Amino acid sequence: MITTTQQLQSYLQAFDQSQKQAPAHNQEAWLRGVREDAFTRFCQLGFPTVHEEDWRFTNVAPIAESTFQLSERGLDGVTDHDVAPYRLAGLASQLVFVNGRYAPGLSRLTLGHKGLKVASLAEAILKEREKVEPHFARYADYRQEAFTALNTAFFEDGAFVFIPRGMVLEEPIYLLYLNVSSETPLMAHPRNLIVAEEDSQATVLEDYVSLRPGVSFSSVVTEMVAGEHTVLHHYRIEREDTQVFHVSTLRTQQGRSASVSSHSVLLGGALVRNNVHPVLAGEGGECLINGLFIGNGRQHMDNYMKVEHASAHCASRQFYNGILDGESRGVFHGRIIVHKDAQKTDAKQTNRNLLLSDGAQMDTKPQLEIHADDVKCTHGATIGQIDEEAFFYLRSRGLDEASARGLLLFAFASECLERMKPGSIRSYLERIITQSLPQAMYPEAVR
Amino acid sequence: MLQIKNLHVKVENHEILKGVNLKVNAGEVHSIMGPNGSGKSTLALVLARRETFQVTQGEVLFNGKDLLAMKPEEAACEGLFMAFQYPIEISGISNAYFLRAALNAIRKYRGQEEMDAMDFLPFYKEKMKLLDVDERFMNRSVNEGSSGGEKKRNEILQMALLEPKLAILDETDSGLDIDALKIVANGVNAMRSPDRATIVVTHYQRLLNYIVPDFVHVLVDGRIAKSGGKELALALEEKGYAWVEAEDHTAPVAV
Repeated sequence: MITTTQQLQSYLQAFDQSQKQAPAHNQEAWLRGVREDAFTRFCQLGFPTVHEEDWRFTNVAPIAESTFQLSERGLDGVTDHDVAPYRLAGLASQLVFVNGRYAPGLSRLTLGHKGLKVASLAEAILKEREKVEPHFARYADYRQEAFTALNTAFFEDGAFVFIPRGMVLEEPIYLLYLNVSSETPLMAHPRNLIVAEEDSQATVLEDYVSLRPGVSFSSVVTEMVAGEHTVLHHYRIEREDTQVFHVSTLRTQQGRSASVSSHSVLLGGALVRNNVHPVLAGEGGECLINGLFIGNGRQHMDNYMKVEHASAHCASRQFYNGILDGESRGVFHGRIIVHKDAQKTDAKQTNRNLLLSDGAQMDTKPQLEIHADDVKCTHGATIGQIDEEAFFYLRSRGLDEASARGLLLFAFASECLERMKPGSIRSYLERIITQSLPQAMYPEAVR
Repeated sequence: MLQIKNLHVKVENHEILKGVNLKVNAGEVHSIMGPNGSGKSTLALVLARRETFQVTQGEVLFNGKDLLAMKPEEAACEGLFMAFQYPIEISGISNAYFLRAALNAIRKYRGQEEMDAMDFLPFYKEKMKLLDVDERFMNRSVNEGSSGGEKKRNEILQMALLEPKLAILDETDSGLDIDALKIVANGVNAMRSPDRATIVVTHYQRLLNYIVPDFVHVLVDGRIAKSGGKELALALEEKGYAWVEAEDHTAPVAV
């Protein structure tokens, strides 16, 4: 539904501008067609409103009613020094993007993995169309989802990751998205495509960071194709400035016996919408959807899960933990859709939340749509405060109130960490999470 | 070491302790026995500074300081330790991490240097040996998935590590089989020393065969109705609590 307050006119101008700027990949006729189609759909759909069931708890009017501009050319003065805190040892590759644009000078590509591609998507569209076109925009549905349409129409760049058949990539791939705000609110639309061929294994981290405080809008779409018998670990950290609007979608397409995990850690942003949408398309697939969100001040964090069981003998596990302080608001909307032929589905969903203040609020909603008859689906949610008994227990051993509270919050957050595979990414996230806890007392809270 | 004078305590507007008097000196082991609901656990929790319990009258001095003015963590840092009747499970925090944090909080309070992981580990392992605890235990979450007996053993392990001046064991024997009981008792006995005191709260006499008390007190209806030596526990075992209740003219007489 389009309301007059939505700033669609500004998107029309921006779309014209981006077409005229004509980055090389816009010359590709097939992509031009997709973009125009997506933009038309966006204009028809408009931004969602709270009258739509999927957006009941999240009002995107602040995004719809603002004007955002695409950023100008150039890297906005970002140097290697700015990126230093985000370097990790032992990576397969690190791609860096600044306001949605690829920064080759800041990226670190490691060679030596035959057939592995970690590159700019814009570049891949030109050079490896045969790898991109069969997947691009085939899974994330820009015809139904306004933000996906927006991203598809406007994306400038993002990551293209291609894991060839049979490759077991032990080192993680780190995708870093730097948000550099300016006087006029900017928008960026990073678009990622991750394709893992049959029997391959890989780990990908997407990290969204602000280098300066300020208002901006990030709309992200990642399509991840997990071929038969693949094992993929996907991590997403949202830690942008608390004035940033961030809407992201992870759309996973899983083949037969593929095992995929999605780990989301939301710490930053003013209004964050985290869509995770796996489709278990082949028999015997497994997915783990694990998340942690920590809100404070007036942050709004909405986690929207849509787990589609489209084939038999698949298992899905959703675990989301929320910690809300101040006047922050959290949402967990967990949809599980079991298609008619998806017999022997085993789906489980758990959402646990801690409210640390009277002003914090949490909405949690399971939604099961089951069209098969031989399935196992369970869901559960809790909303509570810090356990007084545990708090007393820790204090009775000598820990002061702040330390005891910090330790209990860390323990609660650890449930999420423990579902991640031990390794450099998990340790990295553990440090980041510990620093962001309201009463973090244990920067070295590692076993 | 500990002096309780005329202690009255209310829990949810219900008077549980109705004037308890008790003096415990360094080096002594006291046992507090009594029927269910007599106020034994309330007394232990008040001493550990459970703040939801309301003290309406009385005074408690711990090494000359006003215990009732202390927060739970201050009491712990001053050297008071209570082994919980129902130890809490905390998932996501390992035993080793939790205990080092606790030990360092206490050391810091006392102006001692904090212990790093390298120094802590051998110390922890030595105590684990004393209580016959598998070393893998230290990486497990606090009490998570443990049996009742394992949890009780963990309480005593914590006590052995934190080396309190006054240890209060709240029904540590409940849920323990005889082997576990002996291990726990060994752990407690290993800590007996002239400058440390222990209060053993129990419903049954069996634990006292292994941790032999210097004094036994019987708590009935919120008051200490009878005190004596270790032979009192045996008499109680034989005659039951009704015997004390009948003798105690201040308590309602059981018919």
